Amino acid sequence: MHTLTLAAMRSSLESGEFSSVELCQHLIDRIKTQNETLNAFVSITEEQALADAAVADEQRASGNIAGPLHGLPIAHKDIFCTENVRTSCGSRMLENFIPPYNATVVEKLKAAGAVCLGKTNMDEFAMGSSNENSYFGVVRNPWDTDRVPGGSSGGSAAAVGGRLVPACTGTDTGGSIRQPAAFCGITGIKPTYGRVSRYGMIAFASSLDQGGPMATTAEDCALLLNEMAGFDERDSTSIDRPSDNYTESLTGSIDGIKIGLPKQYFDSGLDASIAASLQQAIAELEKLGAKFVDIDLANQHLAVPAYYIVAPAECSSNLSRFDGVRYGHRCEDPADLEDLYKRSRAEGFGREVKRRILVGTYALSAGYYDAYYVKAQKIRSLISQDFSQAFESVDFILGPTTPGPAFKIGEKVSDPVSMYLNDIYTIPANLAGLPGISMPCGDVDGLPVGLQLTGNYFDEARLLNIAHQYQTVTDWHTRVPGL
Amino acid sequence: MPDDDNKKSVGNEVVEQIAHLARIQIDAGSVADYAAEMSGVLELAAQMDQVDTDSVEPMAHPTHAVQRLRDDVVTETDRRDAFQNIAPSVENGYYLVPPVIE
Repeated sequence: MHTLTLAAMRSSLESGEFSSVELCQHLIDRIKTQNETLNAFVSITEEQALADAAVADEQRASGNIAGPLHGLPIAHKDIFCTENVRTSCGSRMLENFIPPYNATVVEKLKAAGAVCLGKTNMDEFAMGSSNENSYFGVVRNPWDTDRVPGGSSGGSAAAVGGRLVPACTGTDTGGSIRQPAAFCGITGIKPTYGRVSRYGMIAFASSLDQGGPMATTAEDCALLLNEMAGFDERDSTSIDRPSDNYTESLTGSIDGIKIGLPKQYFDSGLDASIAASLQQAIAELEKLGAKFVDIDLANQHLAVPAYYIVAPAECSSNLSRFDGVRYGHRCEDPADLEDLYKRSRAEGFGREVKRRILVGTYALSAGYYDAYYVKAQKIRSLISQDFSQAFESVDFILGPTTPGPAFKIGEKVSDPVSMYLNDIYTIPANLAGLPGISMPCGDVDGLPVGLQLTGNYFDEARLLNIAHQYQTVTDWHTRVPGL
Repeated sequence: MPDDDNKKSVGNEVVEQIAHLARIQIDAGSVADYAAEMSGVLELAAQMDQVDTDSVEPMAHPTHAVQRLRDDVVTETDRRDAFQNIAPSVENGYYLVPPVIE
Protein backbone atom coordinates (compact mmCIF):
# COMPACT_ATOMS: atom_id res chain seq x y z
CA MET A 1 0.00 0.00 0.00
CA HIS A 2 2.77 2.45 0.92
CA THR A 3 4.53 2.21 -2.46
CA LEU A 4 1.48 3.53 -4.31
CA THR A 5 1.55 7.04 -5.74
CA LEU A 6 -0.88 9.64 -4.46
CA ALA A 7 -2.83 9.29 -7.72
CA ALA A 8 -3.05 5.51 -7.29
CA MET A 9 -4.11 5.89 -3.65
CA ARG A 10 -6.84 8.23 -4.81
CA SER A 11 -8.16 5.61 -7.26
CA SER A 12 -8.09 2.96 -4.56
CA LEU A 13 -10.00 5.18 -2.14
CA GLU A 14 -12.54 5.91 -4.87
CA SER A 15 -13.00 2.25 -5.75
CA GLY A 16 -13.25 1.29 -2.08
CA GLU A 17 -10.22 -1.00 -2.22
CA PHE A 18 -9.21 0.45 1.13
CA SER A 19 -10.40 3.28 3.35
CA SER A 20 -8.60 6.46 4.32
CA VAL A 21 -8.39 5.18 7.90
CA GLU A 22 -6.77 1.93 6.75
CA LEU A 23 -4.34 3.81 4.55
CA CYS A 24 -3.39 6.39 7.20
CA GLN A 25 -3.06 3.75 9.91
CA HIS A 26 -0.78 1.68 7.69
CA LEU A 27 1.44 4.68 6.97
CA ILE A 28 1.52 5.84 10.60
CA ASP A 29 2.64 2.36 11.67
CA ARG A 30 5.32 2.48 9.00
CA ILE A 31 6.42 5.97 10.05
CA LYS A 32 6.72 4.85 13.67
CA THR A 33 8.93 1.90 12.72
CA GLN A 34 11.10 3.58 10.10
CA ASN A 35 11.45 6.90 11.89
CA GLU A 36 13.71 5.32 14.49
CA THR A 37 16.29 5.03 11.72
CA LEU A 38 15.42 7.88 9.36
CA ASN A 39 14.37 10.59 11.87
CA ALA A 40 12.34 12.12 9.02
CA PHE A 41 9.43 13.18 11.25
CA VAL A 42 9.64 15.51 14.25
CA SER A 43 5.93 15.13 15.09
CA ILE A 44 3.45 12.40 14.25
CA THR A 45 -0.12 13.66 14.58
CA GLU A 46 -1.66 10.20 14.83
CA GLU A 47 -4.82 11.00 16.76
CA GLN A 48 -5.84 13.97 14.64
CA ALA A 49 -4.88 12.19 11.41
CA LEU A 50 -7.00 9.14 12.17
CA ALA A 51 -9.92 11.33 13.25
CA ASP A 52 -9.65 13.33 10.02
CA ALA A 53 -9.38 10.13 7.98
CA ALA A 54 -12.49 8.75 9.67
CA VAL A 55 -14.40 11.92 8.82
CA ALA A 56 -13.14 11.68 5.22
CA ASP A 57 -14.39 8.08 5.00
CA GLU A 58 -17.81 9.04 6.39
CA GLN A 59 -18.06 11.94 3.98
CA ARG A 60 -17.12 9.72 1.08
CA ALA A 61 -19.76 7.19 2.08
CA SER A 62 -22.38 9.94 1.92
CA GLY A 63 -21.11 11.22 -1.43
CA ASN A 64 -19.60 14.36 0.03
CA ILE A 65 -16.08 14.89 -1.38
CA ALA A 66 -14.12 17.84 0.07
CA GLY A 67 -11.72 18.14 -2.87
CA PRO A 68 -9.22 16.40 -5.12
CA LEU A 69 -7.11 15.20 -2.17
CA HIS A 70 -10.03 13.81 -0.17
CA GLY A 71 -8.72 11.44 2.49
CA LEU A 72 -5.18 11.36 1.07
CA PRO A 73 -2.23 11.35 3.49
CA ILE A 74 0.48 14.01 3.32
CA ALA A 75 2.95 15.60 5.73
CA HIS A 76 4.13 19.18 6.16
CA LYS A 77 7.67 20.42 6.47
CA ASP A 78 7.94 21.79 10.02
CA ILE A 79 8.37 25.32 8.62
CA PHE A 80 4.63 25.63 7.85
CA CYS A 81 2.59 26.86 10.80
CA THR A 82 -0.04 24.36 11.88
CA GLU A 83 -2.71 25.51 14.32
CA ASN A 84 -2.37 23.72 17.67
CA VAL A 85 0.46 21.52 16.34
CA ARG A 86 4.02 22.35 17.39
CA THR A 87 5.97 24.06 14.56
CA SER A 88 9.66 24.01 15.44
CA CYS A 89 11.38 24.94 12.17
CA GLY A 90 14.16 22.57 13.25
CA SER A 91 15.18 24.98 16.00
CA ARG A 92 15.49 25.00 19.76
CA MET A 93 14.16 28.57 19.47
CA LEU A 94 10.75 27.17 18.49
CA GLU A 95 10.96 23.86 20.34
CA ASN A 96 7.72 24.66 22.18
CA PHE A 97 6.07 26.96 19.65
CA ILE A 98 2.43 26.06 19.01
CA PRO A 99 1.09 28.39 16.32
CA PRO A 100 -2.34 29.94 16.81
CA TYR A 101 -3.03 29.78 13.06
CA ASN A 102 -2.48 27.72 9.90
CA ALA A 103 -0.23 28.67 7.00
CA THR A 104 -2.20 29.31 3.80
CA VAL A 105 -0.64 26.19 2.24
CA VAL A 106 -1.78 24.10 5.21
CA GLU A 107 -5.25 25.62 5.03
CA LYS A 108 -5.56 25.00 1.29
CA LEU A 109 -4.41 21.38 1.38
CA LYS A 110 -6.75 20.73 4.28
CA ALA A 111 -9.63 22.29 2.34
CA ALA A 112 -8.80 19.97 -0.59
CA GLY A 113 -9.32 17.04 1.76
CA ALA A 114 -5.71 16.06 2.56
CA VAL A 115 -5.01 14.36 5.89
CA CYS A 116 -1.81 15.54 7.60
CA LEU A 117 0.12 12.68 9.26
CA GLY A 118 2.75 14.88 10.88
CA LYS A 119 5.56 17.38 10.52
CA THR A 120 8.88 16.62 8.88
CA ASN A 121 12.39 17.34 10.08
CA MET A 122 14.50 20.05 8.43
CA ASP A 123 17.67 22.08 8.73
CA GLU A 124 17.19 24.79 11.35
CA PHE A 125 15.24 27.68 9.79
CA ALA A 126 15.80 25.97 6.40
CA MET A 127 19.51 26.83 6.49
CA GLY A 128 21.45 23.84 5.26
CA SER A 129 21.96 21.33 2.48
CA SER A 130 22.27 18.14 4.53
CA ASN A 131 19.75 18.23 7.39
CA GLU A 132 22.67 18.05 9.80
CA ASN A 133 21.67 21.48 11.15
CA SER A 134 18.44 20.34 12.80
CA TYR A 135 18.09 20.72 16.56
CA PHE A 136 16.16 17.44 16.39
CA GLY A 137 19.04 15.48 14.92
CA VAL A 138 20.25 14.45 11.51
CA VAL A 139 17.86 12.81 9.03
CA ARG A 140 19.17 9.73 7.25
CA ASN A 141 18.94 9.00 3.56
CA PRO A 142 16.64 5.98 2.93
CA TRP A 143 18.99 4.77 0.16
CA ASP A 144 22.01 4.64 2.48
CA THR A 145 21.52 5.53 6.11
CA ASP A 146 25.15 6.64 6.48
CA ARG A 147 24.40 9.44 4.06
CA VAL A 148 22.55 12.74 4.27
CA PRO A 149 19.11 13.17 2.66
CA GLY A 150 20.01 16.70 1.52
CA GLY A 151 18.41 19.80 2.88
CA SER A 152 16.81 21.80 4.00
CA SER A 153 13.62 19.81 3.25
CA GLY A 154 15.50 16.60 4.12
CA GLY A 155 12.79 15.14 6.34
CA SER A 156 10.18 15.55 3.60
CA ALA A 157 12.52 14.01 0.99
CA ALA A 158 13.49 11.06 3.20
CA ALA A 159 9.85 10.46 4.17
CA VAL A 160 8.69 10.37 0.54
CA GLY A 161 11.79 8.52 -0.71
CA GLY A 162 11.41 5.92 2.06
CA ARG A 163 7.69 5.62 1.21
CA LEU A 164 6.54 6.67 4.66
CA VAL A 165 4.12 9.13 3.09
CA PRO A 166 3.28 9.66 -0.60
CA ALA A 167 3.77 13.43 -0.66
CA CYS A 168 5.03 16.31 1.46
CA THR A 169 5.31 20.04 1.36
CA GLY A 170 8.75 21.61 1.15
CA THR A 171 10.31 25.02 0.77
CA ASP A 172 13.13 26.12 -1.48
CA THR A 173 15.31 29.18 -0.85
CA GLY A 174 18.49 27.98 -2.60
CA GLY A 175 17.59 24.43 -3.61
CA SER A 176 15.90 23.08 -0.48
CA ILE A 177 13.20 21.19 -2.43
CA ARG A 178 15.23 20.15 -5.48
CA GLN A 179 18.52 19.10 -3.84
CA PRO A 180 16.99 16.71 -1.25
CA ALA A 181 14.58 15.44 -3.94
CA ALA A 182 17.65 14.52 -6.02
CA PHE A 183 19.43 12.87 -3.09
CA CYS A 184 16.39 10.78 -2.12
CA GLY A 185 15.26 9.79 -5.63
CA ILE A 186 11.98 11.73 -5.70
CA THR A 187 10.37 14.56 -7.69
CA GLY A 188 10.10 18.08 -6.35
CA ILE A 189 9.18 21.42 -7.89
CA LYS A 190 10.04 24.91 -6.76
CA PRO A 191 7.42 27.14 -8.36
CA THR A 192 7.94 30.69 -9.62
CA TYR A 193 8.59 33.12 -6.76
CA GLY A 194 5.19 34.35 -5.55
CA ARG A 195 3.17 31.45 -7.01
CA VAL A 196 2.63 29.72 -3.63
CA SER A 197 1.71 31.81 -0.60
CA ARG A 198 4.38 32.41 2.02
CA TYR A 199 1.81 33.28 4.69
CA GLY A 200 2.52 31.15 7.74
CA MET A 201 5.71 29.76 6.22
CA ILE A 202 8.45 30.78 8.64
CA ALA A 203 10.63 33.30 6.80
CA PHE A 204 14.31 32.72 6.02
CA ALA A 205 15.18 34.91 2.99
CA SER A 206 11.98 36.55 1.86
CA SER A 207 12.98 37.48 -1.69
CA LEU A 208 13.97 33.85 -2.38
CA ASP A 209 11.69 31.61 -0.26
CA GLN A 210 9.10 29.58 -2.13
CA GLY A 211 7.01 26.59 -1.07
CA GLY A 212 6.28 23.62 -3.29
CA PRO A 213 5.35 19.93 -3.39
CA MET A 214 7.60 16.86 -3.09
CA ALA A 215 6.33 13.44 -4.22
CA THR A 216 7.45 10.37 -6.09
CA THR A 217 6.08 11.52 -9.46
CA ALA A 218 5.48 14.71 -11.42
CA GLU A 219 1.82 13.76 -11.59
CA ASP A 220 1.57 13.73 -7.78
CA CYS A 221 3.42 17.06 -7.59
CA ALA A 222 0.84 18.46 -10.03
CA LEU A 223 -2.01 17.16 -7.85
CA LEU A 224 -0.55 18.97 -4.84
CA LEU A 225 0.49 22.14 -6.65
CA ASN A 226 -3.04 22.53 -8.02
CA GLU A 227 -4.16 23.05 -4.44
CA MET A 228 -1.12 24.95 -3.12
CA ALA A 229 -0.75 27.57 -5.85
CA GLY A 230 -2.71 30.78 -6.13
CA PHE A 231 -3.00 34.37 -5.04
CA ASP A 232 -3.15 35.13 -1.33
CA GLU A 233 -4.12 38.53 0.06
CA ARG A 234 -2.13 37.75 3.21
CA ASP A 235 1.23 37.46 1.42
CA SER A 236 2.27 40.83 0.04
CA THR A 237 4.57 39.17 -2.52
CA SER A 238 1.96 36.70 -3.73
CA ILE A 239 1.28 37.15 -7.44
CA ASP A 240 -2.23 38.07 -8.45
CA ARG A 241 -2.54 35.91 -11.52
CA PRO A 242 -4.63 32.77 -11.99
CA SER A 243 -2.68 29.52 -11.75
CA ASP A 244 -2.87 26.82 -14.40
CA ASN A 245 -4.50 23.44 -13.99
CA TYR A 246 -1.35 21.39 -13.55
CA THR A 247 -2.95 17.95 -13.84
CA GLU A 248 -4.99 18.68 -16.97
CA SER A 249 -1.86 19.80 -18.81
CA LEU A 250 -0.05 16.50 -18.24
CA THR A 251 -1.25 15.19 -21.59
CA GLY A 252 0.63 17.34 -24.07
CA SER A 253 3.32 16.07 -26.41
CA ILE A 254 6.78 17.52 -25.88
CA ASP A 255 7.64 17.10 -29.54
CA GLY A 256 9.55 20.13 -30.79
CA ILE A 257 10.23 21.60 -27.34
CA LYS A 258 13.62 23.33 -27.20
CA ILE A 259 15.85 22.64 -24.22
CA GLY A 260 19.06 24.54 -23.53
CA LEU A 261 22.17 22.88 -22.13
CA PRO A 262 24.32 25.50 -20.37
CA LYS A 263 27.97 24.72 -20.96
CA GLN A 264 28.64 25.96 -17.41
CA TYR A 265 26.55 23.05 -16.03
CA PHE A 266 28.56 20.34 -17.77
CA ASP A 267 32.08 21.50 -16.93
CA SER A 268 34.77 19.73 -14.94
CA GLY A 269 33.04 20.34 -11.57
CA LEU A 270 30.38 17.76 -12.39
CA ASP A 271 30.75 14.14 -11.24
CA ALA A 272 31.36 11.99 -14.37
CA SER A 273 28.75 9.41 -13.46
CA ILE A 274 26.13 12.13 -12.98
CA ALA A 275 27.04 13.56 -16.39
CA ALA A 276 26.56 10.07 -17.89
CA SER A 277 23.10 9.74 -16.31
CA LEU A 278 22.14 13.14 -17.70
CA GLN A 279 23.28 12.14 -21.19
CA GLN A 280 21.00 9.09 -21.01
CA ALA A 281 18.08 11.27 -19.94
CA ILE A 282 18.81 13.69 -22.77
CA ALA A 283 18.67 10.77 -25.20
CA GLU A 284 15.28 9.71 -23.76
CA LEU A 285 13.90 13.23 -24.07
CA GLU A 286 15.20 13.42 -27.66
CA LYS A 287 13.23 10.27 -28.45
CA LEU A 288 10.14 12.12 -27.18
CA GLY A 289 10.88 14.90 -29.65
CA ALA A 290 12.78 17.43 -27.51
CA LYS A 291 15.49 19.42 -29.32
CA PHE A 292 18.68 20.34 -27.49
CA VAL A 293 20.88 23.37 -28.02
CA ASP A 294 23.97 24.62 -26.20
CA ILE A 295 23.50 27.86 -24.32
CA ASP A 296 25.66 30.19 -22.28
CA LEU A 297 24.80 31.33 -18.75
CA ALA A 298 27.94 33.41 -18.30
CA ASN A 299 27.45 34.56 -14.71
CA GLN A 300 26.36 31.26 -13.14
CA HIS A 301 29.59 30.89 -11.19
CA LEU A 302 28.70 34.04 -9.25
CA ALA A 303 25.36 32.70 -8.04
CA VAL A 304 26.72 31.01 -4.91
CA PRO A 305 28.79 34.07 -3.83
CA ALA A 306 25.80 36.39 -4.39
CA TYR A 307 23.40 34.04 -2.64
CA TYR A 308 25.60 33.81 0.46
CA ILE A 309 25.28 37.56 0.86
CA VAL A 310 21.60 38.04 -0.08
CA ALA A 311 20.27 35.07 1.93
CA PRO A 312 22.20 35.83 5.17
CA ALA A 313 21.33 39.53 4.90
CA GLU A 314 17.63 38.78 4.65
CA CYS A 315 17.90 36.09 7.34
CA SER A 316 19.57 38.49 9.77
CA SER A 317 16.65 40.85 9.32
CA ASN A 318 13.90 38.18 9.43
CA LEU A 319 15.30 36.38 12.46
CA SER A 320 15.53 39.57 14.49
CA ARG A 321 11.92 38.82 15.45
CA PHE A 322 13.13 36.05 17.77
CA ASP A 323 13.76 38.14 20.86
CA GLY A 324 12.62 35.89 23.69
CA VAL A 325 9.69 38.22 24.45
CA ARG A 326 6.59 37.33 22.45
CA TYR A 327 7.19 33.66 21.69
CA GLY A 328 10.03 31.20 21.37
CA HIS A 329 12.92 30.38 23.65
CA ARG A 330 13.76 32.65 26.61
CA CYS A 331 16.92 32.26 28.69
CA GLU A 332 16.76 31.76 32.47
CA ASP A 333 17.12 34.74 34.84
CA PRO A 334 18.07 37.54 32.43
CA ALA A 335 20.03 40.32 34.13
CA ASP A 336 18.57 43.00 31.88
CA LEU A 337 16.83 43.35 28.52
CA GLU A 338 20.04 43.15 26.50
CA ASP A 339 21.08 40.01 28.35
CA LEU A 340 17.60 38.59 27.66
CA TYR A 341 17.98 39.16 23.92
CA LYS A 342 21.56 38.00 23.67
CA ARG A 343 21.35 34.82 25.70
CA SER A 344 17.90 33.81 24.40
CA ARG A 345 19.23 34.06 20.85
CA ALA A 346 22.56 32.41 21.69
CA GLU A 347 20.80 29.45 23.29
CA GLY A 348 17.90 29.27 20.82
CA PHE A 349 19.86 29.32 17.56
CA GLY A 350 22.31 26.69 16.32
CA ARG A 351 25.73 27.30 14.87
CA GLU A 352 24.84 27.67 11.16
CA VAL A 353 21.96 30.04 11.91
CA LYS A 354 24.21 32.21 14.08
CA ARG A 355 26.90 32.18 11.43
CA ARG A 356 24.45 33.39 8.79
CA ILE A 357 22.96 36.06 11.05
CA LEU A 358 26.48 37.37 11.70
CA VAL A 359 27.44 37.36 8.01
CA GLY A 360 24.17 39.07 7.15
CA THR A 361 24.50 41.67 9.88
CA TYR A 362 28.04 42.37 8.68
CA ALA A 363 26.98 42.66 5.02
CA LEU A 364 24.23 45.12 5.96
CA SER A 365 26.33 47.21 8.33
CA ALA A 366 27.40 50.77 7.56
CA GLY A 367 30.34 50.91 5.17
CA TYR A 368 29.79 47.39 3.85
CA TYR A 369 26.25 47.62 2.51
CA ASP A 370 27.28 48.74 -1.00
CA ALA A 371 30.29 46.43 -1.21
CA TYR A 372 28.27 43.34 -0.32
CA TYR A 373 24.50 43.63 -0.40
CA VAL A 374 24.12 46.03 -3.33
CA LYS A 375 26.90 44.23 -5.20
CA ALA A 376 25.11 40.90 -4.69
CA GLN A 377 21.84 42.40 -5.93
CA LYS A 378 23.62 43.61 -9.05
CA ILE A 379 25.05 40.13 -9.66
CA ARG A 380 21.52 38.88 -9.19
CA SER A 381 20.42 41.14 -12.04
CA LEU A 382 23.14 39.73 -14.30
CA ILE A 383 22.16 36.14 -13.52
CA SER A 384 18.53 36.95 -14.16
CA GLN A 385 19.39 38.68 -17.47
CA ASP A 386 21.36 35.59 -18.57
CA PHE A 387 18.23 33.49 -18.04
CA SER A 388 15.96 35.98 -19.85
CA GLN A 389 18.30 35.96 -22.79
CA ALA A 390 18.42 32.15 -22.84
CA PHE A 391 14.63 31.90 -22.72
CA GLU A 392 14.43 33.96 -25.92
CA SER A 393 15.72 30.91 -27.79
CA VAL A 394 14.83 27.90 -25.59
CA ASP A 395 11.75 26.72 -23.65
CA PHE A 396 13.63 25.05 -20.80
CA ILE A 397 17.10 24.63 -19.38
CA LEU A 398 18.39 21.21 -18.36
CA GLY A 399 21.22 20.40 -15.99
CA PRO A 400 22.16 18.38 -12.95
CA THR A 401 20.42 19.15 -9.65
CA THR A 402 23.58 18.53 -7.62
CA PRO A 403 27.32 18.17 -8.37
CA GLY A 404 27.38 14.62 -6.91
CA PRO A 405 25.12 12.05 -5.22
CA ALA A 406 24.26 12.18 -1.48
CA PHE A 407 27.40 12.58 0.62
CA LYS A 408 28.26 10.93 3.92
CA ILE A 409 26.95 12.32 7.20
CA GLY A 410 29.69 14.46 8.75
CA GLU A 411 31.66 14.77 5.50
CA LYS A 412 31.13 18.49 4.98
CA VAL A 413 30.08 19.86 8.38
CA SER A 414 33.45 21.34 9.23
CA ASP A 415 33.72 23.30 5.98
CA PRO A 416 30.72 25.60 5.44
CA VAL A 417 31.90 26.83 2.03
CA SER A 418 32.20 23.30 0.60
CA MET A 419 28.69 22.62 1.93
CA TYR A 420 27.44 25.82 0.25
CA LEU A 421 28.82 24.71 -3.11
CA ASN A 422 26.41 21.79 -3.11
CA ASP A 423 23.70 24.22 -4.21
CA ILE A 424 25.66 25.55 -7.16
CA TYR A 425 23.10 24.35 -9.76
CA THR A 426 19.94 25.14 -7.80
CA ILE A 427 20.67 28.65 -6.46
CA PRO A 428 20.49 30.47 -9.83
CA ALA A 429 16.75 29.74 -10.21
CA ASN A 430 16.07 31.20 -6.75
CA LEU A 431 18.03 34.36 -7.49
CA ALA A 432 16.06 34.84 -10.71
CA GLY A 433 12.75 33.68 -9.15
CA LEU A 434 12.27 31.01 -11.83
CA PRO A 435 10.51 27.64 -11.41
CA GLY A 436 12.64 24.48 -11.33
CA ILE A 437 11.94 20.79 -11.00
CA SER A 438 14.19 17.91 -9.98
CA MET A 439 13.39 14.34 -10.93
CA PRO A 440 15.30 11.07 -10.65
CA CYS A 441 17.19 10.11 -13.82
CA GLY A 442 19.81 7.57 -12.82
CA ASP A 443 21.81 5.76 -10.24
CA VAL A 444 25.41 6.02 -9.01
CA ASP A 445 26.45 3.06 -6.86
CA GLY A 446 22.92 2.61 -5.58
CA LEU A 447 22.35 6.33 -4.95
CA PRO A 448 19.77 8.34 -6.94
CA VAL A 449 20.77 11.06 -9.41
CA GLY A 450 18.62 14.12 -9.99
CA LEU A 451 17.96 15.99 -13.21
CA GLN A 452 16.91 19.61 -13.03
CA LEU A 453 14.78 21.49 -15.50
CA THR A 454 14.38 25.24 -15.12
CA GLY A 455 11.51 27.01 -16.85
CA ASN A 456 10.48 30.55 -17.59
CA TYR A 457 8.24 32.46 -15.13
CA PHE A 458 4.90 30.69 -14.49
CA ASP A 459 5.78 27.77 -16.77
CA GLU A 460 5.14 25.16 -14.05
CA ALA A 461 2.49 23.36 -16.10
CA ARG A 462 4.86 22.64 -18.97
CA LEU A 463 7.70 21.78 -16.57
CA LEU A 464 5.52 19.20 -14.84
CA ASN A 465 4.41 17.86 -18.21
CA ILE A 466 7.96 17.28 -19.48
CA ALA A 467 8.80 15.49 -16.23
CA HIS A 468 5.60 13.46 -16.51
CA GLN A 469 6.28 12.51 -20.15
CA TYR A 470 9.81 11.46 -19.15
CA GLN A 471 8.38 9.38 -16.30
CA THR A 472 5.97 7.59 -18.64
CA VAL A 473 8.94 6.14 -20.56
CA THR A 474 11.44 5.62 -17.70
CA ASP A 475 11.24 3.90 -14.32
CA TRP A 476 13.78 5.72 -12.13
CA HIS A 477 10.94 7.30 -10.14
CA THR A 478 9.46 3.88 -9.34
CA ARG A 479 12.60 2.54 -7.65
CA VAL A 480 12.20 2.04 -3.93
CA PRO A 481 15.04 1.85 -1.41
CA GLY A 482 15.38 -1.44 0.46
CA LEU A 483 14.52 -0.23 3.94
CA MET B 1 34.18 51.95 1.04
CA PRO B 2 36.51 49.59 2.88
CA ASP B 3 39.70 48.54 1.13
CA ASP B 4 39.98 45.11 -0.45
CA ASP B 5 42.03 43.41 2.24
CA ASN B 6 39.65 44.44 5.00
CA LYS B 7 36.75 43.15 2.95
CA LYS B 8 37.90 39.55 2.84
CA SER B 9 38.63 38.83 6.46
CA VAL B 10 37.25 39.77 9.84
CA GLY B 11 39.11 39.77 13.13
CA ASN B 12 37.90 38.90 16.61
CA GLU B 13 36.91 42.45 17.51
CA VAL B 14 34.72 42.72 14.39
CA VAL B 15 32.95 39.48 15.32
CA GLU B 16 32.29 40.83 18.81
CA GLN B 17 30.94 44.10 17.41
CA ILE B 18 28.69 42.34 14.87
CA ALA B 19 27.47 39.85 17.49
CA HIS B 20 26.50 42.81 19.67
CA LEU B 21 24.60 44.43 16.76
CA ALA B 22 22.84 41.11 16.11
CA ARG B 23 22.13 40.67 19.85
CA ILE B 24 23.74 37.24 20.01
CA GLN B 25 26.05 36.32 22.85
CA ILE B 26 29.19 34.59 21.61
CA ASP B 27 31.44 32.76 24.07
CA ALA B 28 34.95 34.18 24.18
CA GLY B 29 36.23 30.72 23.24
CA SER B 30 34.39 30.58 19.92
CA VAL B 31 35.00 34.12 18.65
CA ALA B 32 38.07 33.07 16.65
CA ASP B 33 36.16 30.19 15.03
CA TYR B 34 33.37 32.53 13.96
CA ALA B 35 35.97 34.98 12.62
CA ALA B 36 37.51 32.23 10.48
CA GLU B 37 34.14 30.99 9.22
CA MET B 38 32.88 34.48 8.42
CA SER B 39 36.13 35.22 6.62
CA GLY B 40 35.61 32.09 4.52
CA VAL B 41 32.16 33.28 3.44
CA LEU B 42 33.44 36.80 2.71
CA GLU B 43 36.25 35.33 0.63
CA LEU B 44 33.63 33.45 -1.36
CA ALA B 45 31.64 36.68 -1.73
CA ALA B 46 34.74 38.51 -2.95
CA GLN B 47 34.49 36.49 -6.18
CA MET B 48 31.75 38.94 -7.14
CA ASP B 49 34.42 41.60 -7.57
CA GLN B 50 35.59 39.82 -10.73
CA VAL B 51 32.71 41.49 -12.56
CA ASP B 52 32.30 45.20 -13.19
CA THR B 53 28.75 46.04 -12.18
CA ASP B 54 28.93 49.84 -12.24
CA SER B 55 26.22 50.12 -14.87
CA VAL B 56 24.01 47.29 -13.52
CA GLU B 57 20.80 48.00 -11.61
CA PRO B 58 20.47 46.03 -8.34
CA MET B 59 17.64 43.51 -8.32
CA ALA B 60 15.47 43.52 -5.21
CA HIS B 61 12.56 41.41 -6.40
CA PRO B 62 12.60 38.48 -8.80
CA THR B 63 9.70 39.64 -10.93
CA HIS B 64 10.15 43.36 -10.25
CA ALA B 65 6.77 43.53 -8.59
CA VAL B 66 5.84 46.65 -6.67
CA GLN B 67 4.27 46.68 -3.24
CA ARG B 68 0.61 45.85 -3.54
CA LEU B 69 -1.74 48.01 -1.49
CA ARG B 70 -4.94 46.75 0.05
CA ASP B 71 -8.12 48.58 0.91
CA ASP B 72 -7.92 50.50 4.15
CA VAL B 73 -10.31 48.30 6.11
CA VAL B 74 -9.87 46.34 9.31
CA THR B 75 -9.06 42.71 8.55
CA GLU B 76 -7.48 41.56 11.81
CA THR B 77 -9.55 40.15 14.61
CA ASP B 78 -8.62 40.47 18.29
CA ARG B 79 -6.56 37.39 19.11
CA ARG B 80 -4.52 38.83 21.93
CA ASP B 81 -5.23 35.93 24.27
CA ALA B 82 -4.18 33.35 21.69
CA PHE B 83 -0.98 35.25 20.97
CA GLN B 84 -0.13 35.85 24.61
CA ASN B 85 -0.74 32.21 25.42
CA ILE B 86 2.49 31.31 23.67
CA ALA B 87 4.61 34.08 25.21
CA PRO B 88 7.31 33.19 27.75
CA SER B 89 6.01 35.68 30.34
CA VAL B 90 2.88 37.85 30.44
CA GLU B 91 0.86 39.65 33.08
CA ASN B 92 -2.48 41.47 32.75
CA GLY B 93 -2.21 41.44 28.97
CA TYR B 94 1.35 42.77 28.91
CA TYR B 95 4.55 41.03 27.86
CA LEU B 96 7.00 40.95 30.76
CA VAL B 97 10.71 41.74 30.38
CA PRO B 98 13.38 42.69 32.96
CA PRO B 99 13.17 46.34 34.16
CA VAL B 100 14.40 48.71 31.43
CA ILE B 101 14.47 51.90 33.56
CA GLU B 102 16.15 51.72 36.98
